[in-house]
Amino acid sequence: METEIKLRINGERYSLRVDTRTTLLDALREGLGVTSTKKGCDHGQCGSCTVLLDGRRTLSCLTLAVTTDDTEIVTAEGLGGDNEPHPLHRAFIDNDAFQCGYCTPGQICSAAGMLTELDAGHPSAATPQGSEPRLDDDEIRERMSGNLCRCGAYSHIVSAIREVGGRA
Amino acid sequence: MKPFDYQRAHDVAQAVATVAAEPGAVFLGGGTNLVDHLKLGITAPELLVDVTRLHLDEVEELGDGGVRIGAGVRNSDLAAHPLIRQRYPVLSEALLAGASGQLRNAATTGGNLLQRTRCVYFQDTTTPCNKREPGSGCSALGGYTRHHAIFGASEHCSATHPSDMAVAMLMLDAVVEVQGATGPRRVALADLHRLPGDRPQDDTILEHGDLITAVELPAAPIARRSRYRKVRDRASYAFALVSVAAAVEVADGRITEARLALGGVAHKPWRAERAESALRGAVADDEAFAAAAEAELARARPLEGNAVKLPLLRGAITAVLRDLCEEDSR
Ligand SMILES: Cc1cc2nc3c(=O)[nH]c(=O)nc-3n(C[C@H](O)[C@H](O)[C@H](O)COP(=O)(O)OP(=O)(O)OC[C@H]3O[C@@H](n4cnc5c(N)ncnc54)[C@H](O)[C@@H]3O)c2cc1C
Ligand code: FES
Ligand code: FES
Repeated sequence: METEIKLRINGERYSLRVDTRTTLLDALREGLGVTSTKKGCDHGQCGSCTVLLDGRRTLSCLTLAVTTDDTEIVTAEGLGGDNEPHPLHRAFIDNDAFQCGYCTPGQICSAAGMLTELDAGHPSAATPQGSEPRLDDDEIRERMSGNLCRCGAYSHIVSAIREVGGRA
Repeated sequence: MKPFDYQRAHDVAQAVATVAAEPGAVFLGGGTNLVDHLKLGITAPELLVDVTRLHLDEVEELGDGGVRIGAGVRNSDLAAHPLIRQRYPVLSEALLAGASGQLRNAATTGGNLLQRTRCVYFQDTTTPCNKREPGSGCSALGGYTRHHAIFGASEHCSATHPSDMAVAMLMLDAVVEVQGATGPRRVALADLHRLPGDRPQDDTILEHGDLITAVELPAAPIARRSRYRKVRDRASYAFALVSVAAAVEVADGRITEARLALGGVAHKPWRAERAESALRGAVADDEAFAAAAEAELARARPLEGNAVKLPLLRGAITAVLRDLCEEDSR
């Protein structure tokens, strides 16, 4: 069954007809050619499909497109362009934070969302009870645990995020 | 995936009436469990009624010191809420021990309580499973049971309830507010989930069309010092093998009050009443903690593949109690 939705994706307004079964991930990739968002597992287990939905990091493979009517989506390519990369794009390159690059757009969106959560004082499982979170490697690892990297670029991903988070 | 209709609900009564009237209708929360099940073919509803825009997203302070949590509050927002962090730190810890940052941003309080088991056979539609297809048999019998129940299982099903949040809420004596076709009612969280018996298809006592609207946490000064400890196969982003939610009160070196709930061990979050009574009045030392764990474990019935849960639980219970009592003596 088809439904019409209106949303913003990377700053552009769209009006789309989507099958109610279509995930946001498939709507982005197959429907709109926004291919930076990657399909790894399609079951919420890898994080490669992470996008920002109204500013919050979310898995697009477990989000039905129909539910995103009237929302704002930002993907890794929407965070910055070729001429003005986002600080996280820059830091991932400078720190050699990927090999094949398949998980990278998801890592970058997740890192952007996670730094916002940290700024807002949200705790994580690495935050000692009763204290405020600080950006350290344990916090980064715990908060990024929903993003898997088959190439094992983890230690450089941590340095890239530390660099950007420390700057803010 | 079978085609289905989608409706966004704007009114609680309307949402309940719609689902109650339509056998093929289900509520949709954050979708992190349901959408997965649609893909896996575990369920094939005809209508999804989206309840995330019902404005059930408030965390309110109650006059008596308790807190009321709307069913639509996202797991991440609940974990970060100052009232929860101050009054019920165990709940914040349990939420943060579950899933990932992305999933917690989507998952709702109501959906989390009603998430279904992660039993590999339940999730694999090519294998028999009494929970998914009543009467088809249980593939876990003689199968892979590392994550299965050690308490309260039946010959028909030994699946576990996977929620971390529910374990902390059980320890906190939470009450669930339900809106059904005939009106609102309150259900103790302890009575919400069931043991499998010969009807493993029913995870809870809820009827078709029942909408969870909120969870109330009664005032609990004991919970200001409370902890959640989770043991799993990797350090983060994995379901519990076992988990413990605990709170204790100690006076003059003796435990005056203790509350303990366990996760990953049964078809529902498990209240460790025997351990609680063993602790009441005991001297707060390692010997008493170990004795409390033994008192509970005496009624465990491990399977071939999950006997490892016994030593894990012994260790987790002892460690969490030691942490809490050490804090107390400081
Ligand atoms: C990779 C992965 C790892 C995970 N790890 C963990 C973990 O470690 N610990 C843990 O606890 N959880 C974990 N989860 C599960 C996650 O917590 C649940 O999927 C989530 O809490 C479900 O909430 P939801 O709002 O997305 O529910 P939905 O998927 O929307 O719904 C779940 C069920 O509840 C029903 N429902 C939803 N809202 C209501 C309501 N208000 N009233 C009545 N019925 C309702 C739906 O009809 C459906 O049957 C994990 C999930 C994934 C995918
Ligand atoms: S593709 Fe969405 S989490 Fe793996
Ligand atoms: S860089 Fe290859 S999967 Fe992460």
